[in-house]
Amino acid sequence: MDGFSWIILSPIKQEIFLAVVGMLLLMVGAFRGKTSIGFIMTSVIVAILAAMGSVLLADWTPIDTLNGMVIVDGFSQWMKVLILAGIAGSLTLSVSWLRENDLLKFEYPLLVLFSGVGMLLMVSANNLLSLYVSLELSSLCLYVLAAINRDNLLSSEAGLKYFILGALSSGLLLFGISLVYGYSGTLSYVGISEFLESAQSMPYGVMVGMVFMLAGLAFKVSAVPFHMWTPDVYQGAPTPVTALFAIVPKVAAIGLIIRLLVGPFAMLAQEWMQIIMAVSVGSMLLGAFAGLVQNNIKRLLAYSSIANMGYAMLGLLPNVPEGIAGTIIYLTIYMVMLAGVFAILMSLKRDGKSIENIPDFAGLSKTSPFMAYALTGLLFSMSGIPPLAGFFGKFFVFQAAVAGGYMVVAVIGVLTSVVGAYYYLRLIKVMFFDESAGPVDENKSLSRHLVVVASIAFILLFTVMPNRLLDHALQAAVSLYP
Amino acid sequence: MFEIGLVHYLTLAAVLFTIGIFGIFLNRKNVIIILMSIELMLLAVNINFVAFSSFLNDLSGQVFTMFILTVAAAEAAIGLAILVSFFRNKGSIAVEDISTLKG
Repeated sequence: MDGFSWIILSPIKQEIFLAVVGMLLLMVGAFRGKTSIGFIMTSVIVAILAAMGSVLLADWTPIDTLNGMVIVDGFSQWMKVLILAGIAGSLTLSVSWLRENDLLKFEYPLLVLFSGVGMLLMVSANNLLSLYVSLELSSLCLYVLAAINRDNLLSSEAGLKYFILGALSSGLLLFGISLVYGYSGTLSYVGISEFLESAQSMPYGVMVGMVFMLAGLAFKVSAVPFHMWTPDVYQGAPTPVTALFAIVPKVAAIGLIIRLLVGPFAMLAQEWMQIIMAVSVGSMLLGAFAGLVQNNIKRLLAYSSIANMGYAMLGLLPNVPEGIAGTIIYLTIYMVMLAGVFAILMSLKRDGKSIENIPDFAGLSKTSPFMAYALTGLLFSMSGIPPLAGFFGKFFVFQAAVAGGYMVVAVIGVLTSVVGAYYYLRLIKVMFFDESAGPVDENKSLSRHLVVVASIAFILLFTVMPNRLLDHALQAAVSLYP
Repeated sequence: MFEIGLVHYLTLAAVLFTIGIFGIFLNRKNVIIILMSIELMLLAVNINFVAFSSFLNDLSGQVFTMFILTVAAAEAAIGLAILVSFFRNKGSIAVEDISTLKG
C-alpha cells in the first residue's frame, strides 16, 4: 500500500469541513456554555452556506472515492445543495422561535449540523456500509432533536416514539443489508449490480433483502405502511424541529432510495416497481383521507407530508431520468413551500402562545393580513392550483408516471390531490370567513419574514421559467444512468 | 456426526430477529423491554453478518459487525437518555402511558 494521498478526500471536502467545524464548535460550546450560543449559531449557518457555495462551484463529473465507499456526481451534488439550503433555512427560521421559547441551547445548531453531515453522506453513499453509517449519523441526531424540549411531556414522548420506531426500522434495514451481502457476496453498489447482471437464476436472497431494506427506508420517508410515527412526532416535537423534519431528512432519504434502486437494484426493477407503486398509492390515499379529520395544524402537515412523499415516489415508477428529474423538482418545490408555511406557523402567536389548532386561525385575514395572504398563497400552491409552483411539481411527476404507462396510479394521484385540497382550502376558509378569534401578536423576527417572502417569490416566479430548473434536474438525473 | 452449516446460523438469526420484532409489538409493560428487543434484533443481524462473512471468506461482513456494535451502543445511550427525560415528565415508563399524542 503506497502512501496516503489527500486527493482521495477532496470529493467529500464539504462533509469533512462541516464535521470538523461541528466538533470545534462543540468544544467552544462545552467550555464557554450559554454565552457562546449566538456565535455558534452564526458560525454553523455561515459554515453551511460556505459548504453550499463550494458544492455549487464544484465540478459535477462523477467520481468515486475512499475505495468506492462514496460517489460524487450531478445527482448527489443537486441533493446536497437542497439539503444544505434546507438546513440553513430551517436554522434561520428557528433562531427567534427558540429564543422566545427558551430552547436556544448550543447543542441545537450542532445536532442539526451533524445530522446534516449524515444526510450529505446519505445521498452520496455508494456502499451498504456507508449507507448504514450515514443513515444512523443523521437519525441519531434527529432522535435527540425531537426530544430537545426535555421539560415538555409531548416533546419527550415524541422523541421516545421516534426513537423506538426508528430503531426498529434500522433493524429491518440491517437485516435486509445482511441478506443482500450474504447472497451477493459484496457490500459495494457496483459489485451488487454486477452480481445481479450475471446471475443465472432468480436471486431470491437478494430480493428478500431488498424488500427488507425498502421497508426500513420507507420508514425514514414516512411512506405508508410505516408512517405511524409521523403525526405524533410532528405534533410533539418543538415547531422548529418539526420544520426540520418536514423539510430535510426526507429529501435525503428519497435521494438514498433513488440511488439504491437505479444503481445496484436496477436489474430487479420489475420487483421494486411493484413495491414503490403500492407504497406510493397507499401514501397518497392515507395522506389525503386521514388529513381530513385533523384539527392540529402540525398533525395536518404530517399527513400532508405522507401524501407528498407518495407523489414524490410516483416519479420513480417509470425508472427513467425524466421521472427522477420530476421527483427532484417535486422535492425542491415542496421544500421551499414548507419552509414558508413553517415560517408563518412560527410567527403566529396569541398572548405569547403558538397557534396550533385550526379554529385559532379564524379571522386571520383581518388581524394579520400579510400572514393570511402569504399562507393562502402557499396553501394554494401545496394543493396544486395552476399558476403556482406546486402545480408544476405535481405535473412533472404525473407526466412521468403517465409516460411510463402508469395511468391508473396517476389518476389515483390526481384524485387524492383533489381530496387533499379540501383540508388546505378549509384552512383558508377559516382564515377568511370565520369570526375572528382575537388579534395575534406582532411578528418581530426579520429572518422569518425574509423566508416567507423568499418562499412566496419562488412559488410565484417558478412559472416564468420552469424549464431552467427542469434542465438542471434532468442533467442531475441523467448522471445516475451511466 | 451432525454438522452446523450456514443454514443453521441463518435460521437462528431469523428466529432471534422475529423474537425481537414480537418483543416490540406484543409487550405492553415496559419500555426497557423494547430497548432489549431492539438490541436482540441488531445482534441477530450480527450473527447473519458473521456467518455470511465466514462462509464467503470475505472480511467486510465482520467489519460491518463492528460498525453495528458501535452504532448500537450509541443508539442505546440515546434511547436511555430520552427514556429518562420521558420518565421525569410522566413518572412512568409503562408502554400504555406513552399515549398523550394520538389522533
